[in-house]
Amino acid sequence: MSNASNTIKIDGVVIPFKEGQTIMDAALAADIYIPHLCHKPGLSPHGSCKLCTVDVNGRCVSSCTMPATEGQEIDNNTPALNEVRKTITQMLFIEGNHLCPSCEKTGDCTLQAIAYHLGMLDGHFSQFYPRREIDASHTSLVLDRDRCIMCELCVRASREVDGKDVFATSGRGINRHLIVHSPSGKLGDSNIERDDLAAHICPVGAILIKGDAYKVPIGQRTFDLHSVAETNLDKIILTKVRHHDA
Amino acid sequence: MEQNKSNLRRIAVDPVSRVEGHGKITLLLDAANHVHEARFHTVEFRGFEKFIQGRPYWEVPYFVQRLCGICPVSHHLAAAKAVDQLVGVDELTPTATKLRKLLHFGQTMQSHALHFFHLSSPDLLFGFGSNLKHRNIIGVIEDFPDLALKGVRLRKYGQQVIKVISGKRIHGAATVPGGMNKALTIEQRDYLLSNINDILAWSQDAVDLNEKIHTSHLENHSFARLTTNYLSMVGSKGELELYHGGLRASRPDGSKIFDQLDYRGYTDIIREEVRSWSYMKFPYLTELGRDDGWYRVGSLARMNNCDFITTPLAEAARQRFKTFGNGGFVHDTLAYHWARMIEVLHSAESIHDLLLDPEILGTDLVVKGEKREEGIGVIEAPRGTLFHHYKVNEDGTIKKANLIVSTTSNNQAMNESVRSVANEYLDGNEITEGLLNHLEVAIRAYDPCLSCATHALGKMPLQIELIGADGISIDRIEKASNGTIKHTL
Repeated sequence: MSNASNTIKIDGVVIPFKEGQTIMDAALAADIYIPHLCHKPGLSPHGSCKLCTVDVNGRCVSSCTMPATEGQEIDNNTPALNEVRKTITQMLFIEGNHLCPSCEKTGDCTLQAIAYHLGMLDGHFSQFYPRREIDASHTSLVLDRDRCIMCELCVRASREVDGKDVFATSGRGINRHLIVHSPSGKLGDSNIERDDLAAHICPVGAILIKGDAYKVPIGQRTFDLHSVAETNLDKIILTKVRHHDA
Repeated sequence: MEQNKSNLRRIAVDPVSRVEGHGKITLLLDAANHVHEARFHTVEFRGFEKFIQGRPYWEVPYFVQRLCGICPVSHHLAAAKAVDQLVGVDELTPTATKLRKLLHFGQTMQSHALHFFHLSSPDLLFGFGSNLKHRNIIGVIEDFPDLALKGVRLRKYGQQVIKVISGKRIHGAATVPGGMNKALTIEQRDYLLSNINDILAWSQDAVDLNEKIHTSHLENHSFARLTTNYLSMVGSKGELELYHGGLRASRPDGSKIFDQLDYRGYTDIIREEVRSWSYMKFPYLTELGRDDGWYRVGSLARMNNCDFITTPLAEAARQRFKTFGNGGFVHDTLAYHWARMIEVLHSAESIHDLLLDPEILGTDLVVKGEKREEGIGVIEAPRGTLFHHYKVNEDGTIKKANLIVSTTSNNQAMNESVRSVANEYLDGNEITEGLLNHLEVAIRAYDPCLSCATHALGKMPLQIELIGADGISIDRIEKASNGTIKHTL
């Protein structure tokens, strides 16, 4: 192992890291893509989607939560890991109602883009077909819980950036679902606003902006123009959902 | 009917091929081998009206276009017209209206071309009882390569129009509440204009061919012929109109039952009957009642109902169509094909005119209004008048939906045509492939979209069974997916 200060090796490529960075942080800074759904730079790491699982010195870890340390030898883009990631993605699909053909998030959906990236051709497992409550009570937002993948990006964005604590998850296992902090439990009675980060950060079609649906023509949607493996994509996605002309 | 069931024999054709979807025919025979009743079953259940309940209204045009892989644009546009009303918009910008019309003409052209050239031309060119192995699109390509190629190209052009406007040939994204999501660029317009003259010429050829086939085959005139009422949309001056207009219903003699009716009042003039043996409902004109109020829709209804066509070549073709009917209505069921090709020609002319209209390149695409709780969108789909009706909750989720798809309106007529053909061609206890196809030709003339989802190019397995009055099978024929036929009893 190298004794040079603060470097790790991902798929044979030596990259630097700064003290306090996770493997994911270091990889993104070095323009190396590790598939992920629940990670977003600027928010605390969550480690729940497990798509960013990498092999560090023979041990599987979540790269978004594992601190980078000197001398780590990391396998990332390997057929075996990508096969596991594909299986995880398939499970995310079948646990919710991800009907891409009619979903307004199609083409802008990170889950869909990752599925394409990993070569997922079917759901493989039996569909769960959950029937959770749709909340369209807010003047600007819709919450479709059947599409939620429990990444908790909205939970963290609301708490850490918006300073509002609008969302949380409740229940266990297949009964886990997103809840809203308001007297009625409805989004319309919460203090979330259209311009909040939590309203725009959903990587799937669970939190949607009213009045924006289908405005972006086919060919101009995020993943018509970009690969999910582009490491500066987070900024592009957020810009795009807020300003369709961007 | 039911109390006499034990004295009747039953013949089932299952499934019916070269139509869009999956159907089944049952013929109930009496002791004298006369067809007592014909039932054209639609055995698929889709449930769209139910499962869009609770979804946000703006999703509806995108959900419902998945009803069909052949004419998704029709469902997309009918739902979009309803959604326009839900957002309080009664009139779109001129550019948005023209883009939607352009999209719809592309759709009409590709759907009609598919139906005639791919599905029906083998019957009309080779004969209904001709060699089954040759009576398909491959046979047409072998014997009439030029014709087949034109058919494929006409359909392709219609799909190109759809793709330019909606981003995909099938199931694209074009409408938003109150308008359209994308302007047409000069490059796209020029691309579509580049071969429009060929399209016009081929459309004219298709009309001429169908005119010749129908007028020169006397046996086609009476085949499955029905004297019926007709329902369609017409423009404000009585012209052929496919996108937006008033409803006109006519009696068989051409007299009008109603005219220029605002389609938002359709519940006052149409009711739907449910029968236990089919998932497809039976609509009828309320004024004429359940027994006499059934009607036909689609190209034949439109050609009969309209006073004129706004484009010259199609109008000239319509004049010849009227001459064939001695100035009155043409009731020949197989004239549906002829009328369809006149509409292909009208679509080609209209696409040409729209592309040369400067407003088609405009960028003012969306109008906003005050939200409402109910929206009704009606359009003339390739297969006939299509109704989409939605009611929404205060939060914008769908409370109730009602769809009367075109094929539904032709339901009773298809049953009657099957009965007519079966009485003429069924001979004793012998079931022949020719008989099967004669029944299918009658159904196929209506271009029914049974599931609004799939089609099979004549390769679907087919079964017909003859059951005696004692309930025991007398004969059964099965057509395998490779076209071979064998008796299995």
